Amino acid sequence: MTPPPATQGSRSTHGTHAAHAAAPFLDVDTLIGDRQVEIVICCGSGGVGKTTTSAALAVRAAEAGRRVVVLTIDPARRLAQSLGLGELDNTPRAVVGLDTSAGGSLDAMMLDMKRTFDEVVVTHSTPDKAEAILANPFYKALSSSFSGTQEYMAMERLGQLHAQASADAAAGRPAWDLIVVDTPPARSALDFLDAPEHLSSLLDGRFIRLLLAPAKGPLRLMGVGFNLVSSAMNKILGNQIITDVQTFVRACEAIFGGFRQRADETFARLSSRHTVFLVVATAQRDALREASYFVDRLTEEQMPLAGLVVNRVHGSALDVSAQRAAALAEDLDAADGATDGEHDLEAEALRRHADLMRVADAETALLDRFATARPDVPQTRVPVLPSDVTALADLRQVGALMAEKD
Amino acid sequence: MSGPRHTLHVVSGKGGTGKTTVAAGLACALATRGRRVLLCEVEKRQGLSELFGVPPLEGDEERRLTRTPAGGSVFGLSIDAEDALREYLETFYHLGLAGRALDRFGVIDFVTSIAPGLRDVLLTGKVYEAVRRQLKNLPTAYDAVVLDAPPTGRIGQFLNIHEAVSDIAKVGPIRTQADSVDALLRSRSTIVHLVTLLEDMPVTETEEAVASLRGSGTRVGTVIENMVNPSPFQPAVLADVAAGAVALDVPGWDEQQNTALAAEFAVEASRTLEQQVRHDRLSRLGLPLVQVDFDPLGIDAESLFGIAEQLTDQLALEAA
Repeated sequence: MTPPPATQGSRSTHGTHAAHAAAPFLDVDTLIGDRQVEIVICCGSGGVGKTTTSAALAVRAAEAGRRVVVLTIDPARRLAQSLGLGELDNTPRAVVGLDTSAGGSLDAMMLDMKRTFDEVVVTHSTPDKAEAILANPFYKALSSSFSGTQEYMAMERLGQLHAQASADAAAGRPAWDLIVVDTPPARSALDFLDAPEHLSSLLDGRFIRLLLAPAKGPLRLMGVGFNLVSSAMNKILGNQIITDVQTFVRACEAIFGGFRQRADETFARLSSRHTVFLVVATAQRDALREASYFVDRLTEEQMPLAGLVVNRVHGSALDVSAQRAAALAEDLDAADGATDGEHDLEAEALRRHADLMRVADAETALLDRFATARPDVPQTRVPVLPSDVTALADLRQVGALMAEKD
Repeated sequence: MSGPRHTLHVVSGKGGTGKTTVAAGLACALATRGRRVLLCEVEKRQGLSELFGVPPLEGDEERRLTRTPAGGSVFGLSIDAEDALREYLETFYHLGLAGRALDRFGVIDFVTSIAPGLRDVLLTGKVYEAVRRQLKNLPTAYDAVVLDAPPTGRIGQFLNIHEAVSDIAKVGPIRTQADSVDALLRSRSTIVHLVTLLEDMPVTETEEAVASLRGSGTRVGTVIENMVNPSPFQPAVLADVAAGAVALDVPGWDEQQNTALAAEFAVEASRTLEQQVRHDRLSRLGLPLVQVDFDPLGIDAESLFGIAEQLTDQLALEAA
């Protein structure tokens, strides 16, 4: 990538023609004020601040009067503490210290994928069958280490929360009216959409059908190379695993009628008009590339995209270009050669400002490019904070910056 | 050649810490004077081709990514678990038609994504094969292999081959190779580098990764602090700046400009001080710490050589 010319200091002077296309503003206050919106899903590649965005949005919505539950995935300890929760777990717990004058509330939880999976099994089967599944070695591995299980269980947990909210509302109890979902840390933002389908295709797939098929009968005709296949499988994996898989899939089949059907149901829920997606990124090439993939995919699947939240954007209140600051620092150094470091601090401050402006210029160029390529996607830019998010007040501040028009 | 020589460098780090960039910089640093270094990625991200600005690396192709100023070459390989499994089956079982049937029935997908531990064995198996090639003195052999490994959250599990294969076949070529890979990872030829930012979460993950690797028998060589903002000033001076106790006077600037600059500098100074605190935390790990400076121009193929230079200076690379 070629860095943008350093002479163009501020955003207003940056870019001359096409690249100037300003993205529409993503107004998160309108979003959280819309009672039709019941589920907000925050997606993005790893390390872009998804969890912080989810938490800040949840806090802001709660203080605006929504009854919110936020489902986080593995938040930093400090973020959990900033929600006043020493230990987040699989059960939603009330966050205290919020301004509830608008009638809102906030519960927070952290996804425990193994426990969620266990609960699905227990809920849908008899005690002895459940016990058999929970003890199955293949199940143990699947529920704790398969990379797609986390996404699958996040969807599952989302479904449960949604069902609970509907049940509470129907019974006239206080009920959540907004679920904010953070998505698992993945190499790709698309994993969240793909993993449940992948898992269900593995478990409902042709290979499993064959494993389950009786040794004799019509299905046998399908297996031209099947004996070879199964003997190769045995050599690679060993007999025991194959047996475990067979037992596991048969047991699951009996209790909840297949994984695919479940994944399909969740997918349908996500495509409804009550769900919106927020794509989270930073103003970095990799993160924006992932964001583009995700935006395109949502468009393709006709899923509702609210817009792009860009975290940790750099900028300066001082309208002095990188080049000019660097030149000034050089002049001061040269002058100081005679006068014994009188302006050392100024020179260093100017150099740091020059670096900051270079970063800001590069980010602006990348965001403008994104806006030009995808002019319909609203953006909001959240400036970088001087320090980590450690308190509720910090989340409130992030929320305010997110809602503020840049 | 004197002393131990690391032929396999495993680079891990939390997402967003620049692990791929540092792995690439390290590969460049190792590629001196006609040396050939292989840089592998295992997460199907095509991060290497993006970074070096070359077309995607497909299949088992090992293509030259760059020639270094020091006169060596860096080659790239994007390892895919499914391809690796097909290759094994072909090599060891000569499956032919049945091999294709495996694909058709979704067996390859099933085995590589869901069979516990097998995926990692297949990925490290390919790396092992590349490392071993040099012993046989083949023309495609490499002087060193750098692995852009999974992130710190998964690295302990990834390198713990012994544990991974405890559930899979007790005999057969994959098992045999898993044992050889395990031996390589625990040997003196292998070294792990953990990339971190000087921020709270990445530092915490680095500490956790060091702890989890202790059990695996794989040696952690260095912790690489990435995107560091060094400062020429003493902490006491920085503390004054951070506290806003220092007024700036840039000749020719009005008060408003000077105040704005001072406020900005205060934020930068407190960030540098925080980085110092994180650095002190990391030094308690008792591992060599290496720093790579923040590059405000961003990272591209050329800036990798700058990173390589910094690594060479601090690492006392055995290849130098």
